[in-house]
Amino acid sequence: MGRGREIALAAFGFAAFLLLWEAIPWFRIISADILPPPSALPGAFYRELKSGIWFAALKASLSHYLVGLVLGCALGVTLGVMTGMSRSLESFLSWVVRMLRPIPGIAWIPFAILWFGIEPSAAVFIIAIGVFWISYFAALAAVRAVDRDLIEVADAFGFQRLDQKLRKVILPAAAPGILGGLRTAIGQAWMAVVAAEIFGVYGLGNRMMQASNLLASDIVVVYMATMAAAYGLIDTAFVAVQNWLLKWKQ
Amino acid sequence: MEAIIELKRLGLSFARDGRTTEVLHDLSIKVEPGEFLAVVGPSGVGKSTLLRVVAGLLKPQAGELILRAKPTLGRLPVALVFQDARLLPWRTVFDNVGFGLEHGGCSKADRKKHIETALALVGLSSYTARYPHELSGGQRQRVSLARALAVDPQILLMDEPFASLDAITREGLQDELIRIRAKTKKTILFVTHDIEEAAYLADRIIALVGQPAFLGMTVDVEKPHPRKRNEPAVMEVVSKLRGELSAAAAAL
Repeated sequence: MGRGREIALAAFGFAAFLLLWEAIPWFRIISADILPPPSALPGAFYRELKSGIWFAALKASLSHYLVGLVLGCALGVTLGVMTGMSRSLESFLSWVVRMLRPIPGIAWIPFAILWFGIEPSAAVFIIAIGVFWISYFAALAAVRAVDRDLIEVADAFGFQRLDQKLRKVILPAAAPGILGGLRTAIGQAWMAVVAAEIFGVYGLGNRMMQASNLLASDIVVVYMATMAAAYGLIDTAFVAVQNWLLKWKQ
Repeated sequence: MEAIIELKRLGLSFARDGRTTEVLHDLSIKVEPGEFLAVVGPSGVGKSTLLRVVAGLLKPQAGELILRAKPTLGRLPVALVFQDARLLPWRTVFDNVGFGLEHGGCSKADRKKHIETALALVGLSSYTARYPHELSGGQRQRVSLARALAVDPQILLMDEPFASLDAITREGLQDELIRIRAKTKKTILFVTHDIEEAAYLADRIIALVGQPAFLGMTVDVEKPHPRKRNEPAVMEVVSKLRGELSAAAAAL
């Protein structure tokens, strides 16, 4: 199938979806109050934009998102790489990991409120916990899978110190696996944003809950679409960086 | 002349699953400066282990390894060419060849010069920007050889470097190695299970046999280079070694 035909089909599918969506409230199958038609969205978006709320909420959420993502991933990758290189450290941490890992990020909300209050730092904490585990396990597995033969090459050319092996062989060899984990984290972090803001920290998720309480369902959809668009943009940018970093692969 | 590599009563065992296997036992070998010494023997006899000891990758439990050589551009006086090229897939040919030169003390311009010299030696000057996956098996092995040559080691260690190549490529690379050796005057310790290859390339050949491995026989190849693969002096060495190795196999 040609590229042009693929795009045409995708556009056609999307148009059909919007049409079906528009038709359901129009034929009163479901009331427009609880299923706003797509035609109502530009107006709702314009109102939110004009009042300045849209931009403020997006800015707040993006800052929680980015800070939480960077903190969680930095800690996760660092600890994952260290654990991947040391069987002793892995054994030392194994029970702690087994106990903490199954706890969903959202379950930390009570402690987030106790420790940080209803503040942006609480949202950052929730987001960071979610992505920490994803990046930790991705880095651990990637480092564990590095070809021992390549590490021997470092030894054979006199790079015997651990930091040299890490820089010259282990990190570049583990990069595809680590970056794959980070990409998953980028998606997961948006879920955490909504969860973290629902309990009161200002941002997209919080504004969505306000709108929902006022039965302004069209505004809820505006913010759902905003998150999808933000995720799409960030993911596309990340994939571009990833492809550039891994240009040595076929 | 004093030996450049001297192994004195070397002993080495591996512990695996609670059992200890002795691989090398009381092994003494000397290699003269500039010599091309081939080590032959059946698979699993400990040839690669021996090479890893000389490369400093394994510590022997008994005996002594003396290297009368100094590092030149790299960190070590030896450089190892592996059987599988073992290039770093995220590095271009140029950066793979420069790997051993990244110890500091070598300016970027000098590094470039040494890399280009090494690549010219193996005939891959126009491949600098390629990645390993874009190369054939023979080209990858040439890059691996260039990586070892780039640090200008006094001693070149080669671990069955042509074993996984097809016959035509293998013979081409053997001839190239003879040419490079004539040009660079390196001491070469070459491990192979292919006795024709050893007889064609080396000045002297030692056979490792037994479990644990001991020195079976030493053969000098009298004819200097250039040689032909099928000339009497070479063929005679081949049949001597074949006799020794099959006698050793029968004795096990």
